[in-house]
Amino acid sequence: MFELTSSIRENAPSMGQVMLDIVDLKKVYPTPKGDYVVLEDLQLQIKKEEFVTIIGHSGCGKTTLLSMIAGLNKISGGAIVLNGQPIIGPGPDRGVIFQSPSLLPWMTALENVMLAVNQVYPKATKTQKLDVAKYYLAKVGLSNDINKKARELSQGMQQRVGIARAFSLKPKVLLLDEPFGMLDSLTRGELQDVLLEVWNKEKITAIMITHDVDEAIFLADRVIMMTSGPKAQIGKIEEIKFERPRDRKSIIEHDDFYHYRKSLIDFLEH
Amino acid sequence: MKTSTIELNQKLETPGIFTSLLTKFRGNKPKTVATDLGSKVKNALLILGSIILFFAFWHFGSKALFNIEANVMIEAARKEGGDAAALATKNCIATGDLSCKPNALPSPADVWNAGLSMYKDYQVLSASKRKFYEETAQVNAQLKAQGKKTMVYTGRSSFVDRIGKSLLTVFAGVILAMFISIPIGILVGLNDKVKLMFNWIIQIFKPVSPVVWFLLVYMIIKTISKNIEMDKSFIICTVAVALCSMWATLVNTSVGVASVDKDYLNVANVLQLGFMKRIFKIILPSSLPMIFTGLRVTVSVAWMVLIAIELLAQSPGLGSFVWEEFQNGASDSNAKIIFAMFVIGIIGFLLDKIMLALQKTMVYSK
Ligand SMILES: Nc1ncnc2c1ncn2[C@@H]1O[C@H](COP(=O)(O)OP(=O)(O)O)[C@@H](O)[C@H]1O
Ligand SMILES: [Mg+2]
Repeated sequence: MFELTSSIRENAPSMGQVMLDIVDLKKVYPTPKGDYVVLEDLQLQIKKEEFVTIIGHSGCGKTTLLSMIAGLNKISGGAIVLNGQPIIGPGPDRGVIFQSPSLLPWMTALENVMLAVNQVYPKATKTQKLDVAKYYLAKVGLSNDINKKARELSQGMQQRVGIARAFSLKPKVLLLDEPFGMLDSLTRGELQDVLLEVWNKEKITAIMITHDVDEAIFLADRVIMMTSGPKAQIGKIEEIKFERPRDRKSIIEHDDFYHYRKSLIDFLEH
Repeated sequence: MKTSTIELNQKLETPGIFTSLLTKFRGNKPKTVATDLGSKVKNALLILGSIILFFAFWHFGSKALFNIEANVMIEAARKEGGDAAALATKNCIATGDLSCKPNALPSPADVWNAGLSMYKDYQVLSASKRKFYEETAQVNAQLKAQGKKTMVYTGRSSFVDRIGKSLLTVFAGVILAMFISIPIGILVGLNDKVKLMFNWIIQIFKPVSPVVWFLLVYMIIKTISKNIEMDKSFIICTVAVALCSMWATLVNTSVGVASVDKDYLNVANVLQLGFMKRIFKIILPSSLPMIFTGLRVTVSVAWMVLIAIELLAQSPGLGSFVWEEFQNGASDSNAKIIFAMFVIGIIGFLLDKIMLALQKTMVYSK
């Protein structure tokens, strides 16, 4: 079923190689009071199949950075290079999951995912496409609700559909902007596990913004800490060396967890 | 009744297991149903009362106007032929004879009778129409076989036929208005340059009166239809109604399209949806509530201007009926006009109800 490879996945670098290279990135927002420089001289390399989380104070420019990687926001200076190609616009090679689930409320869960699948596999048969969509909806635990209208689903379920939709694009990079910020902690934990499971299976690169220190450590290979704006940059990078697959309980009890936690909090409170 | 429920509540408020059991069984449910029913009955009574008041005011008002007209007639007769003539006129008026009926605002009863007589007229006319087609059936079949035009009934339209004609015209007009205003509204909402190009047109032509639209459409259709066989007055009415009523839908569509949630557009961008998919999968569904609000206004405006436009275009609908009756000046013309007024009002009200029901099914809660 997944032999339906889209051309997007060709000539991808092998694991461990740099796949996303951000060089001298700058972003300026023109405001009535003059230009506001959000990011300047920002450098960041992200390796293939890596999971990085980005943490930083509110308003420092995290969303701005992510939306530029997504191609939804214009770059003012520097470049973002994905597999040797500078990013010029949005595309299904980069799946995006926003803080609000941003499903189309008048469509069912299945239709929302099918909208994505239709774009990525234009040549597949209807049954093949339905199989792909249902596969990912099952992966996020929604097999029984695929025909419910998106507006009838709870926030947590909507975000699950959002995850299924993003993964069904078979993206090279998955971009997540505080995707679980609006959920209660129980649902958040569940969805973190879902996310890790699918990410691990699909072997893609994930970049996720979060404001939750524990979440940042639990999910990431590296936690990227951004300095406060204006002219924000990468302040510090913490490598998280826990084995995968990770078990929440044993990680929380691990001594290193507190070491990482202190490192992050020290940076943020600095 | 009200006091007894209050007493019951007060009794129930005494603490104890028994009370809580009581509340469980007597519960809040029957009480709320009762008050709901009560307020419904009260509302219905209010409406009924206002209807009675309305007709009473109308009845006595028309009687007063009738008396004024009658007195004028009697005094005029007195001036001409003395007291004897005045008495004769007075007696004549009292008999209700048509020859000396004062021409005043018809009473509710007059209007009701006019309605009944129009219904009888409808039965007579439709019978004669049926007879005509029965008699000409053979000839028409022959004509059809020879490829010639068949004979058509050309008699007077009954009131019911006119209602049908008006409804057909307004329906056609609204459909035409939709086909013009929704695509333009989408383009205006999507693109600021298109908006600049259309804005002055919208601003200038939106407030133009139906009469002027009719004249404009008449000028154009008159030329176009020179060599073409068509129901000219119907087409003129339809186009004029569309041009008068389409503005609300146009403006609402453009606003709805311009204010589509940015998240949805981001989804479209990430998925790189094509232009058509973007319109039909994202933009139209999300602006549907706005479009429907506009359409509702369009329908009510269309119905309102239709009457005036039919009058001018001499299309055999309700508008021209009112005008013809006014010029006819028969003894029951005024009553017929007022009967038509009620029919027009009720149809307009029903159209709005239908649109409201449609709109409700379209509006989704996020
Ligand atoms: N479209 C915009 N125009 C002007 N200023 C903006 C715009 N978007 C964001 N900003 C400003 O840029 C800064 C960074 O915003 P953002 O990237 O959303 O921060 P974060 O996601 O880290 O909270 C904020 O100060 C915000 O006010
Ligand atoms: Mg943000």
